[in-house]
Amino acid sequence: MEVPILKQGAVLIATFQAALSDADLNQLRMGLVQQVVKFRSRAVIVDVTAMDVMDSFASRTLREIAHMIRLRGAETVIVGIQPEVAFAMVQLGLTLEGVATALDLEEGLAYLTQKFKNTD
Amino acid sequence: MRAGEIQVAINSDQDIVTARQKGRALAIELGFSPGDATLIATAISELARNIVSYARRGEITLKTVHASSRQGISIIASDSGPGIRDIRQAMRDGFSTSGSLGLGLPGVRRLMDEFEIISEPGQGTTVMVKKWRQ
Repeated sequence: MEVPILKQGAVLIATFQAALSDADLNQLRMGLVQQVVKFRSRAVIVDVTAMDVMDSFASRTLREIAHMIRLRGAETVIVGIQPEVAFAMVQLGLTLEGVATALDLEEGLAYLTQKFKNTD
Repeated sequence: MRAGEIQVAINSDQDIVTARQKGRALAIELGFSPGDATLIATAISELARNIVSYARRGEITLKTVHASSRQGISIIASDSGPGIRDIRQAMRDGFSTSGSLGLGLPGVRRLMDEFEIISEPGQGTTVMVKKWRQ
């Protein structure tokens, strides 16, 4: 199941579906980085609201995505981690250290707008 | 296969998704809360991932378990892969032999109520976990 990537001005928005396989996540990682380059995007929002499970592979891939995008000089915000998913992540000892998170898409966009304002 | 048992063959990363979805569906059917169903699905995802990463193939068996007045779910992940040489080391947080985050076994133990592992080098690994409905 491919992850749709939407372009909203200088921001790319990737919306996760419930059942993402490892191959889908790897594909997303490449796709996002390529599109950040192509569109000279300043930020990426990854919306994981619909994601059923955030296991070790998924959280590692998200950290890698954020790291690659930072190397391109852009920002990543993960939005929509559900409370039970967050609970399971903590129990598993998974972290998204160094990656910005926000409650939902709206908050994520607001965070980026504020950030762009400060740097413009 | 006995009645009430669900078996999922694990041969690829797509099977990891199938196994955790079936596990979540069974957990919900048994009356687990959505939160607990997520914990169960996450544990299945990690166990299935270990099979794919270390043994290439194996299977996950899901079933309902009863004890006196309690009902719960049992998950058995088994493979005939290389096995684990040092189980105590594998049960420590952060231990890995495949360059990943680790086997995730200590995490799986925290997600579930009961945890048992049998492994012999060259013979494969079986992990049995249970979670009881609150």
